Amino acid sequence: MSRNDVLVTVDWVQDNLGTPGLVFVEVDEDTSAYDGGHLEGAVKLDWKQDLQDPLRRDYLDKTAFEALLSSRGIGNDDTVVLYGGNNNWFAAYAYWYFKIYGHRDVKLMDGGRKKWELDGRPLSKDAVARPATQYVASEPDLSIRAFRDEVVAAIGSKNLVDVRSPDEFSGKILAPAHLPQEQSQRAGHVPTAINIPWSKAANEDGTFKSDEQLAALYGEQGFDDSRETIAYCRIGERSSHTWFVLSELLGKKNVKNYDGSWVEYGSLVGVPIEK
Amino acid sequence: MCGAPKQGGALAGIDLNTQTVIQGQVWHDGAPVAGAYVRLLDGTDEFTAEVVTSPEGEFRFFAAPGTWKVRSLAPVGKGERVLDAEVGLNETTIVID
Repeated sequence: MSRNDVLVTVDWVQDNLGTPGLVFVEVDEDTSAYDGGHLEGAVKLDWKQDLQDPLRRDYLDKTAFEALLSSRGIGNDDTVVLYGGNNNWFAAYAYWYFKIYGHRDVKLMDGGRKKWELDGRPLSKDAVARPATQYVASEPDLSIRAFRDEVVAAIGSKNLVDVRSPDEFSGKILAPAHLPQEQSQRAGHVPTAINIPWSKAANEDGTFKSDEQLAALYGEQGFDDSRETIAYCRIGERSSHTWFVLSELLGKKNVKNYDGSWVEYGSLVGVPIEK
Repeated sequence: MCGAPKQGGALAGIDLNTQTVIQGQVWHDGAPVAGAYVRLLDGTDEFTAEVVTSPEGEFRFFAAPGTWKVRSLAPVGKGERVLDAEVGLNETTIVID
């Protein structure tokens, strides 16, 4: 696995729109972005409406994921290229999700919607309909997903990478600052976690930094290559961005995303918290 | 949750006794800039959040008291503003030259 296997440039995408076997998928929390203009032929996945279980706090089970992808016209043999707003946070979450269910070929568009828009590239408002498929998912691959007990057990023994902003890590604020600061969970971070904000891995236009820059970044911040790793943020989407960097771009082994993240950990009774 | 909430509009439902709201507009060439990317940086210049401006060029953040930098990135150029925020409403305008 290397950068060229998992990341495509906006130039490449623009040249390949409409190519059979390629499906472009926009993943956002705010679907008004897609509705206001999307890549020609791209289908939409709504992070909340489509990708979360409507009742429990969890992602979709295998059957529901199969139904979702079938309805969007995504086949097992298609190459899926994901992109989205928020510097690709939710697209990276979807990438991780597609890997959980074993999709063979999935990539991110480097820079996402932001890079595309800043370059002034064309967007389409045309409705997109793809013929339904019969998608078959694999059993979930839990080797890339961490649960709460694993996080508690990892204190002092694994790389715990808190990818939130320094002010969230220190407990000064409880959520990214585009959201109201009213949350029920306690403020702070998991003891022994190192704070390497997701944003340090990205350029201002939303593209990923070079492999050399990324390798240097984690090395300087105390990332220990001999240990297993768990990344977390507030709800698991920014940590998907870092999971992508560590696992897919840098090829580090045994990296998990803790999608329960601070909203879960900061609400647990009796677990240790550092501030 | 972590997506981009609608920018601008009324402050109804926002408790200005507890929230530190930083909001304003991005301007260029005498007009508001829609669809500009605006990021909030903390006192050490580290990224804290980013939103996309509304059709009226508006942005809004929920921060904490302290010094912040608001930086805008748009196809027409860049602009930034440093401000000291307090609990309540803190308004600012970013001009892209």
